[in-house]
Amino acid sequence: MQPIIEVQHLFKKYHDVTAVDGISFTVGSGEFFGLLGPNGAGKTTTIRMLYAFSPPTRGIIRIFGMDIAREWRKIKARIGVCQQDNTLDPDLTVEQNLIVFAGYFSIPSKEAKARARELLEFFALSGRRGAKVMDLSGGMIRRLILARSLINRPELLILDEPTTGLDPQSRHQVWDRLEKLKASGLSVVLTTHYMEEASQLCDRLVIVDHGKILVEGSPADLILKHAGRSVIEIGGPDQALRDYLKAHEVPHDDLGRRIILYTPDGNELSNAVRDNFCHQQCTFRTGTLEDVFLRLTGRELRE
Amino acid sequence: MIDTRAISWRFFKVWKRNLVTFQKIWKVNFITPLLEPLLFIAAFGLGFAGLVGTVRYGGAEFSYTAFIAPALLATAVMNNAFFETTYASFVRMYYQKTFDGMLATPLSIEEIIIAEIVWSATKAAAAAGIMLGVLSAFGYVRYPSGLLVIPLAFLGGAAFGAIGLFFTGVIPTIEMFNLPIFLFVTPMFLFSGTFFPVSNLPMWAKPLALAFPLYHLVELTRFSCLGRHETVPLLSVLYLVVFAVLFSALALLFMRRRLIK
Repeated sequence: MQPIIEVQHLFKKYHDVTAVDGISFTVGSGEFFGLLGPNGAGKTTTIRMLYAFSPPTRGIIRIFGMDIAREWRKIKARIGVCQQDNTLDPDLTVEQNLIVFAGYFSIPSKEAKARARELLEFFALSGRRGAKVMDLSGGMIRRLILARSLINRPELLILDEPTTGLDPQSRHQVWDRLEKLKASGLSVVLTTHYMEEASQLCDRLVIVDHGKILVEGSPADLILKHAGRSVIEIGGPDQALRDYLKAHEVPHDDLGRRIILYTPDGNELSNAVRDNFCHQQCTFRTGTLEDVFLRLTGRELRE
Repeated sequence: MIDTRAISWRFFKVWKRNLVTFQKIWKVNFITPLLEPLLFIAAFGLGFAGLVGTVRYGGAEFSYTAFIAPALLATAVMNNAFFETTYASFVRMYYQKTFDGMLATPLSIEEIIIAEIVWSATKAAAAAGIMLGVLSAFGYVRYPSGLLVIPLAFLGGAAFGAIGLFFTGVIPTIEMFNLPIFLFVTPMFLFSGTFFPVSNLPMWAKPLALAFPLYHLVELTRFSCLGRHETVPLLSVLYLVVFAVLFSALALLFMRRRLIK
């Protein structure tokens, strides 16, 4: 089957900074695809090229089988975009935001009104139809941006950090709606900083850093491959532990006051560690996407 | 440089968006053009006219208030269009990120730019229409030629809207609009034959006034309202058309550079 998105050897340079450094990936129909990476990794730049906002320096983007450089207008008519910034129109009411936006897609006003009603219902905003955008909470604003990105009944939804800055309640509400959209067969590209979000929603994802793809796979496969099924965090490690790990060549991250061990499941290693080295504090847990992310992109701050 | 495929009638949707927000505060939007001419007529007609008496313009004598009334129209056109595409467009572009949102739809940057300029021209023409009504009540407008003021206001509005949007494309912060206002708008307001005929200016200053788009718009509104003129009206129309087209292209160039990263 033809992929919804095909990206080949994509580059984006700003003066002498290379933001995207030759990435390639495809997204299949109905797939929920994640694009993860630290700040400045090139996620938003890539996303912006996907919805024809920024022209690539080099490389090919085909969406719905069409070249974005030539058929951008046709492509943009069939995608929905939820940008990172709040781009809602503060001069308009909640409902007007949807109806005016529908106009940009040339949706007739009667149809736009019906769709707006439907979307406000879906995102639990019906009660705030006539409210000013300024008076909405952060969670409502996000939901309204999401609602607006669906006004043209897109075949592909592009979400750039849809839950950043939301409280847990609002975030879960957004996830719930995204799950429903996913179940309806919508293809989605998502960037996020919440690994939990990516694990839960993405069928497949890539982790990018410095404009390049580091790994690609399903969340479960990536965890198995790069973190291990179980993880032990040991507080206050001593030299004996360090020597033991070195001798047995156990994959681990030494953070000084804490060591994180990545162990395959059911290994006697876990027992050995439990019996001999858990002097202060030991946490046994399953591997997560966050472990994968930090192992691959490092722990130093990105600013 | 300019992609013609990116220009379609879709710009009208953006124009409509501005109309919707304009209608929300239409009462406020209508007060200024209603009251402004009254204010000027009161000040100049009651206070100043006694000092000046009559003005000789285009080979005829006019009362001072009749002389400045058409210039008030032209100035209002300039202010409405210029302030719309500077402060208001800058807020939409920079603070509200309205254009970023629009660029995620089938709209092109070209259509957004055209819509902003056409909208500013529309707003200017609407203000001119209201002012025309007020000035007609005082008998300062000859008909039917006075009706030409509305399309002329649209043309002049496009010229001032285009140069305003060009400034929006180049200016780093909103505070810095003070600069084009001080260097461009204020001198034009004073020296475009608004308060005294340009023929009264010394020889060396005349070409300067002739370069001002406001001078040409004042000439045209005077021609419509009083039936007299100093220059060839058609040349003034041509000047404004060229000015509008040139600065629309420059606005597009710099706005694209600013928005598309």
